[in-house]
Amino acid sequence: MSPRRVVVVGYGMAGARLAEEVRRRDPKGERVSLTIVGAESHTAYNRVLLSSVLAGSLAPDAVRLRGSEHVDLRLDTEVSFVDRSVRAVVLADGETLPYDALVLATGSEPWVPPTEGLRADDGSLAEGVHTFRTLDDCARIVAATAPGSPVAVLGGGLLGLEAARGLAGRGNLVTVVHPVDHLMERQLDAQAGAALAKSLRTLGIELRLGVLATRYLPGDGLKLDDGSHVPADLVVVSAGVRPSADLARSCGLTVERGIVVDNALRTSDPRIFALGDCAEHPGTVSGLVQSAWDQAVVLADLLTGADPSSRYLGTPVVTRLKARDIDLAALGEVHTEPDEPGAEVLRLEDPTRGRYAKLVLREDRVTGAILLGAPDAAAVITQLYDRGAPAPADRLALLLGRALSPVAQAGPADLPASAVICRCNTVSKGQLVSAWRAGARSTGALADATRATTGCGGCRDAVCGLADWLSAQEPQPS
Amino acid sequence: MPTPTHCPYCALQCGMTVKPGPAVVPRDFPVNRGGLCQKGWTSAALLNTPGRLTTPLVQGRPASWDEALDHVAQRLLELRAAHGPDSVAVFGGGGLTNEKSYLLGKFARVALGTSQIDYNGRFCMSSAAAAGIRAFGVDRGLPFPVTDLSNADAVLLVGANVAETMPPFVQHLRRAIDSGGLVVVDPRRTATAEQAAVHLAPTPGTDLALALGLLHVAVAERYVDKDYLSERAIGFEETWEVAARWWPEQVERVTGVSAADQRRAVAVLSRATNAYVLTARGTEQHASGSDMVSAWINLALALGLPGRPGSGFGCLTGQGNGQGGREHGQKADQLPGYRKIDDPAAREHVAEVWGVAPESLPGPGKSAYELLDSLGVGPRALMVFGSNIAVSAPRSAHVTERLAALDFLVVADFVLSETAVLADVVLPVTQWAEEGGTMTNLEGRVLLRSRAVTPPPGVRTDLEVLHELAVRLGQPAERFPVNEESVFAELRRASAGGVADYAGISYERLRAGEALHWPCPDERHPGTPRLFLDRFAHADGKARMVPVDHRGPAELPDDDYPLSATTGRVLQHYQSGAQTRRVPELNAAVPEAFVEVHPDTADRAGLAEGDVARICSRRGEVLAKVRCVQGMRIDTVFLPFHFPGEQRANLITNPALDPISGMPEFKVCAVRLEAVT
Repeated sequence: MSPRRVVVVGYGMAGARLAEEVRRRDPKGERVSLTIVGAESHTAYNRVLLSSVLAGSLAPDAVRLRGSEHVDLRLDTEVSFVDRSVRAVVLADGETLPYDALVLATGSEPWVPPTEGLRADDGSLAEGVHTFRTLDDCARIVAATAPGSPVAVLGGGLLGLEAARGLAGRGNLVTVVHPVDHLMERQLDAQAGAALAKSLRTLGIELRLGVLATRYLPGDGLKLDDGSHVPADLVVVSAGVRPSADLARSCGLTVERGIVVDNALRTSDPRIFALGDCAEHPGTVSGLVQSAWDQAVVLADLLTGADPSSRYLGTPVVTRLKARDIDLAALGEVHTEPDEPGAEVLRLEDPTRGRYAKLVLREDRVTGAILLGAPDAAAVITQLYDRGAPAPADRLALLLGRALSPVAQAGPADLPASAVICRCNTVSKGQLVSAWRAGARSTGALADATRATTGCGGCRDAVCGLADWLSAQEPQPS
Repeated sequence: MPTPTHCPYCALQCGMTVKPGPAVVPRDFPVNRGGLCQKGWTSAALLNTPGRLTTPLVQGRPASWDEALDHVAQRLLELRAAHGPDSVAVFGGGGLTNEKSYLLGKFARVALGTSQIDYNGRFCMSSAAAAGIRAFGVDRGLPFPVTDLSNADAVLLVGANVAETMPPFVQHLRRAIDSGGLVVVDPRRTATAEQAAVHLAPTPGTDLALALGLLHVAVAERYVDKDYLSERAIGFEETWEVAARWWPEQVERVTGVSAADQRRAVAVLSRATNAYVLTARGTEQHASGSDMVSAWINLALALGLPGRPGSGFGCLTGQGNGQGGREHGQKADQLPGYRKIDDPAAREHVAEVWGVAPESLPGPGKSAYELLDSLGVGPRALMVFGSNIAVSAPRSAHVTERLAALDFLVVADFVLSETAVLADVVLPVTQWAEEGGTMTNLEGRVLLRSRAVTPPPGVRTDLEVLHELAVRLGQPAERFPVNEESVFAELRRASAGGVADYAGISYERLRAGEALHWPCPDERHPGTPRLFLDRFAHADGKARMVPVDHRGPAELPDDDYPLSATTGRVLQHYQSGAQTRRVPELNAAVPEAFVEVHPDTADRAGLAEGDVARICSRRGEVLAKVRCVQGMRIDTVFLPFHFPGEQRANLITNPALDPISGMPEFKVCAVRLEAVT
């Protein structure tokens, strides 16, 4: 039997991951022949790491994804249309690629707000304006900024803030312009937004919140709707993305915000699948790489027949800001207030240090959290949320990330007799006290009598301390 | 006469002196510097242990040596005649001396002609060995003396609870501990983790993701030693391609280790002048254990540590002769000198030393668990030396069933272990201070253990047993010497030219106090305390970074089995406990199995401190007393594996095997906690 012909349109993270998952299940292409059509001229790369490239911690080459073997890869190739009646993809050069299954992994594209001056007359971005979406964008931004030069970032969402932090780290004077009056309003409540703003300002990033940019003047900067002005040699637009669904629309598939798919990632045509940013599934929001990766696993199971029962049921959304010196995680229901019935809400605010922690639980399970400046808590709470596991009873310890430690180290007097002083030889305080009373009046004598200190020697100070304490207890000769 | 010797337990092989009494006192020796843990201090009690076997047992009845040996030989010959040579299997141990390990392998291949031999070191060092060979071309646990660690500013310990498993070793970490340079990876807050500046507590079975995360951080924070990599290693690009997708926040989600702690750990390691990465069973005993070790090696290579004076990578060997035991032919695929049994040149060399035809040597056999799993179906008879598999093998109820399915089980031991109880014939043998022989410790140094006390009447050495059986099986008497020094002389020749070359090591040199680390190819050679200073052991001299990826545990928690169980050791006991449970002082300190759980986890199961819990997995259930420990992960329970019967932790463990090393997944399985009503 000849392998099923699968054509994938789009070679971003979703398409590349799908190829890898398919080849993991069908290494030699015996079940599935894969053709991938990519519009860009270079191989796929890890978009999640673009902010690290912008920040200068990773080289552009370091974020490229490895290609899979036994894949017919067509780079720098545009698709003209899909002819569903004969099941073929028609390329811009006229070549047709027949398919048994078609996968749309067309991703998303940045949305550019209609601010006057951002676009040139021909619709392309004006000089000094860059979106922050591709590796090429990164290269252009880095090439166009010199340390000390002013940069404006349009958009105070996750990506915009990562870009702002990266550019500030490179020595640029960064101003973030955000139309809502708190940052990352989808993922954060107002208090968290304020605490985050404080942290960013401490790092030298200026914030203009609740204002719209009304006009861009190349070489000058942005005019805002409150009449003020932001100087900028460069404007980075990070105002959100839109699923790239034109191809799906043009061939008549159901498209709402994105290409609508079911739990088998099928579009309205059961021969056509979609995954990643271009797809719309009720279990996730688009734009997160974890969703695309989870979807790639399911789709590879289905396309190769490795597990026909595999279904995509959604991906818990955890937002994690990747910005040096800022540790922020947000997940689940973040806007729930303490008075909401059925919800248990804890909140800790430490605005002076830019820290904020909020935890929402229902029926003993974590259903939402915001953790700013609480890295240990973020790690533990994320796992509880991902697994739906019951939360520890000590909520405060959970919120803080670790159990409260005893105020002071207990001294020799405070320890119970059963406390083990020398672990290597299981010697308790009681045994040492008895040995002392029997005449072992020095650390060496105590060691001879009990073997304490004769293993790793780590308890030597403790045994000395105990000997001193016992010595002080002795009645002094008068 | 006080006799200088070494401890009977772990691979640190602390120097000690056996005095009349008998009694044991510590001795100044580099690895322990005069320290001993409670096991070492009380080891003399083993020499007078009640229940010491002094008479062979045949079907449980005392028998004379001749009767027992004749019976064993006759049954083995019958089975071999009826079912072929592979119907007889041999199982060895990592506590056996080099001489015994060597002779046991020779006995299997020559006297029995069976390919079916493996040993409990498969459950111990096999993943580390596989990864070490892959990366460096040779496997020596520590390719440097232990004492080198004393100058380290930073040490990353992965899955190693040395404060309990080799306490005197902690002396060598003092500088790292005091300078805030100890980083410990362990799901539990162990006695070792408590001393760490950074403790990373990953979800059990996610170490590999963590290692990839640390490598990612090292790259992103520009800590990678590019000059070192270009000179001394290959494979960074491919390795980075995997690590690139494990950015710290992604790793955090899988492992539960915060991105901030990942960065702290890498910073501690990278800023140190002298740094080491050391792995142990915690990260090796997984179905992806070889890859896990490779991932830690990759991190060490990226930081430029291996083969650099004052820094390095190593794995901490567990059993007393875990190093030597894996070099001289007890392993299914191996011949003496760490040679491969399917290498024609190796077969020719060893066959010549043994005076047999190369083609008469069998090929590779099955790995330990596969061998045990096949008993009764494959091999009809099993001979066990220096191992207590009824307690120590994974899925132990099943292994016990397989032992029962045998036609014939022979166990050589000095006490009636849980495995010996099941045997058709039990042969009482000498132990540790009652016999001579060499051990190779965790740093590849060959140590002489001299006979310190007279064995009780009636017992024989393993070498004598092998000799007597070989003769009865038709072998020339001189082919199986009983004198350990003669066996060692032959081992030297068999290992000559191999990876683990002992040719230049002699009892004389050892008696004179020379510190000899293998390879030591001739009598004028000073030995090799430090490997890799100039080159690694691959043909091009370069280390290999292997692009390994996280796979996760073979069995994930689910609704029915929502917790992860992990197993390990306590300070007072050693391995299956066959020895230490018989030492009154040790047994009094920790007399029975326990399960460490977070108080909330206990509470949800209706359990409180001191209650007896039933811990169930898909393979069985084990009973243990609840110890509530605040520092436990809420999703994890811990069980020590030293206890017999219904307290055997291995009743629940998962025999999913590492495809490269054959290591079972001792360190993580899915379980449920129940109250015993």
